[in-house]
Amino acid sequence: MTDLFDVAIIGGGVVGCAVARHLSHNQLSVALIEARNDVGAGTSKANTAILHTGFDAVPGSIESRLVARGYQLLRAYAPTVGISIEETGAVLVAWDDEQAANLPTLVDKAVTNGYHQTQLIDATTVREMEPHLGDGITGGMLVPGEHLIDPWSTPIAFATEAVANGCRLVTDLQVVELEVGPDVTRLIGADGREVLTRFVVNAAGLHGDLVHRLFGFDGFTIRPRRGELIVFDKLARPLLGRTILPVPTSHTKGVLIAPTVFGNIMVGPTADDVDDKNATGSTRAGLDNLLRKGYRILPALLEEEVTAVYAGLRAATEHSDYQIEWDAGARYVCLGGIRSTGLTSSMGLAEEASTMLSTALTITPKPADQRHLIRLAPLGEFGERPYQRGGTVLCHCERVTAEEIDAALAAPLPARDLDGLRRRTRVLAGRCQGFYCSAAVCGRAAAASNRPISEWIGLA
Amino acid sequence: MSTAEVVIVGAGPAGLSAAIELRRRGAGRVIVYERELQPGGIPRHTDHLGYGIRDLHRITTGPRYAADLTRSAERVGVEIEVGRTVRSFRNGDVSSTGPEGPTTVQAGAVVLATGVRERPRSARLVPGDRPAGVLTTGALQQFAAADQRVGSRAVVIGAEHVSFSAVLTLTHSGCQVAAMVTPLPRHQTYAPLRLATATRHRVPIHTGVDIREIIGRTRVEAVMLTDGRLIECDTVVFTGDWIPDHELARHGGLPMLPAAKCPVVDSCWRTEQRRVFAIGNLTHPAEAADVCALDARAAASHVIDWLTLQQWPNAVAPIRVDAPILWAAPTSRGVTLRVSEFVKARIVGRRGGDIIHRTKRVEWIPNRAIHLPARQVTSLGLEFSGCSTIPASNHQ
Repeated sequence: MTDLFDVAIIGGGVVGCAVARHLSHNQLSVALIEARNDVGAGTSKANTAILHTGFDAVPGSIESRLVARGYQLLRAYAPTVGISIEETGAVLVAWDDEQAANLPTLVDKAVTNGYHQTQLIDATTVREMEPHLGDGITGGMLVPGEHLIDPWSTPIAFATEAVANGCRLVTDLQVVELEVGPDVTRLIGADGREVLTRFVVNAAGLHGDLVHRLFGFDGFTIRPRRGELIVFDKLARPLLGRTILPVPTSHTKGVLIAPTVFGNIMVGPTADDVDDKNATGSTRAGLDNLLRKGYRILPALLEEEVTAVYAGLRAATEHSDYQIEWDAGARYVCLGGIRSTGLTSSMGLAEEASTMLSTALTITPKPADQRHLIRLAPLGEFGERPYQRGGTVLCHCERVTAEEIDAALAAPLPARDLDGLRRRTRVLAGRCQGFYCSAAVCGRAAAASNRPISEWIGLA
Repeated sequence: MSTAEVVIVGAGPAGLSAAIELRRRGAGRVIVYERELQPGGIPRHTDHLGYGIRDLHRITTGPRYAADLTRSAERVGVEIEVGRTVRSFRNGDVSSTGPEGPTTVQAGAVVLATGVRERPRSARLVPGDRPAGVLTTGALQQFAAADQRVGSRAVVIGAEHVSFSAVLTLTHSGCQVAAMVTPLPRHQTYAPLRLATATRHRVPIHTGVDIREIIGRTRVEAVMLTDGRLIECDTVVFTGDWIPDHELARHGGLPMLPAAKCPVVDSCWRTEQRRVFAIGNLTHPAEAADVCALDARAAASHVIDWLTLQQWPNAVAPIRVDAPILWAAPTSRGVTLRVSEFVKARIVGRRGGDIIHRTKRVEWIPNRAIHLPARQVTSLGLEFSGCSTIPASNHQ
């Protein structure tokens, strides 16, 4: 790769993809570099899938500003490209007097964060709104603007749009070394491949501190915070109207229960500091803890089956805020320490990175007739799904058609493995976890991709 | 809107057998909707002998059994529509989608025969990472039917009939079986089947221990057991632990039997809703295909009765059970039930306050079908003479 790019973005998570999309609409050559074989395949795929208003951010923080901005941008953008969102709202539920006493301060905090729509409600109103909640409610606070969002399609939509507008996507390249020259920075991958670029944006997520150090900077260390989540069967979905948030107190950290755009109910996350940046396994203690809390909040969940269990790692640091830096000498933007709010703030972060780059780089928008827009098939449960119009359903639990699988393999950013196919179509994400359809799905994927079925079942 | 005398959902052994019997008994238009692209259900993928014994009075393989039932159904004029997913059946209006789009058919009777599946790893809350190489017997059999090996060294979770079937499928496909694992004190299958796997395939069974965690990032590398033992493998097969595919029944508002999670039916397979029947493994997870077929034939006569007489009971009560009986459901020859542990006792069936059935005092085995020729029981319990359950140590 001897091309010289204007900007290279390290990290194809939701933040890196958002930056790539934003820059690709300008007269710039852009590269998006991802260590895995696909975008959105790391931390971005395993989160609580909520588009936050930012009502509870730390007032005055960078995070507060960018979450609020990202919320507005993504809420407007999502429906135009087929990212499913649902404005269900959320209710913070207090379960004791201390929590109830905390609610008014949260209203004030929301106002400080620029969010004015919260509303204190009494226990009776909470119960009327959410009749399946457990006993012992002492009060609540309504946050009507909280949305559910499809976390899988978001980075894929960003990256697809970026590529449609000329961005070069480089996968399977883990940057392990770099040289900052007077005009050009050389990024060197673990396999020896190189990318030459004038400017670099560090969106490496969990590995952001390592990239930061490759530039010779210090200042933050990522200590992954693992969040385990349990996804319940779609049959549980009628138990809940909106997201149920815990009231933060000085000594407890509760879990949330939220519907998902895919029509499930999710309980989580736990919060465990771990040392290993690959520690995405769930644990017995974590799952037991979530079930205990989940059953207390929504007792009827006891009767329902679990569809999926997973764990994601937030890129937490020793600091409470995002680590956003611009170094003119190194021609380097750092978007570090983007914790659990990165999905919401991603488009805000992209603007921020662009603003920083523009102090040293001429960023000129492309003429309107050279901008390419894209559209993905929405994966949300409550819009119309392709099978309803007609199609051959292969995955029965999630009602995914053969035609959708073919499309996901013929897309500009095709699925490379079953996980990528799952994030593009929902295939195999349902209650049977492949009991009925895994052979058929793998067979179809093999035929459509012209690769042996053994690769699709992970035997390659 | 087009009409049908009977719409059956699911073209497995139960659905097809009911359809055939309905036509033989003079029913008009009988439609069977099947969401898969081929009719026949689970037996399509189980290429071994053992099918047809009690219903067809011969012994055949799963794929042949499925093909025979399909042919018989077509011969008597059953309309089988594959690739169609039924979404609702409110008031007999059966709405479905398929390659040609949505349709609705008005049915005089609706028979749900949507079958059963195994609980996958996630539903069993087995922690660890999420590597490739974790599957159920159902998926394994489909890969095997397509001549696709799933791995080279497997651990099988479970030690009931289907678990041994999984062992045979794995070894036939060239995948070594490192071990079977069951939290129960003993395996739960027939002695000859266990003997065959022990001697021919040298598969050890780890009893009284469960899987604690799956290890491996992209591909399974090992499983850890609750006693701390680590077994290296690249494949984990979760077997048994059946749950009915009851989504459609629940969306239709049918009440479920606790534990079994089946729609509640009476001894005529009538549900709480007028004109809606439920048959096959949807009503008892899980029985052999021929048991389902015989149920379905018996149910067909009750469907005919309904179509003729238009009578429906006011209430359908489930059979009440006492622990360690998990659940009981009607079959064509009485009831089938399951126990949660090895237990030596008499099973006593009551109708109201009267004892109408009492078994010998024998040992009952969990995860195994227990059939009693006791139709009309309303409750089931155990009767011990002196002592209660046998301690687990006696079973090693």
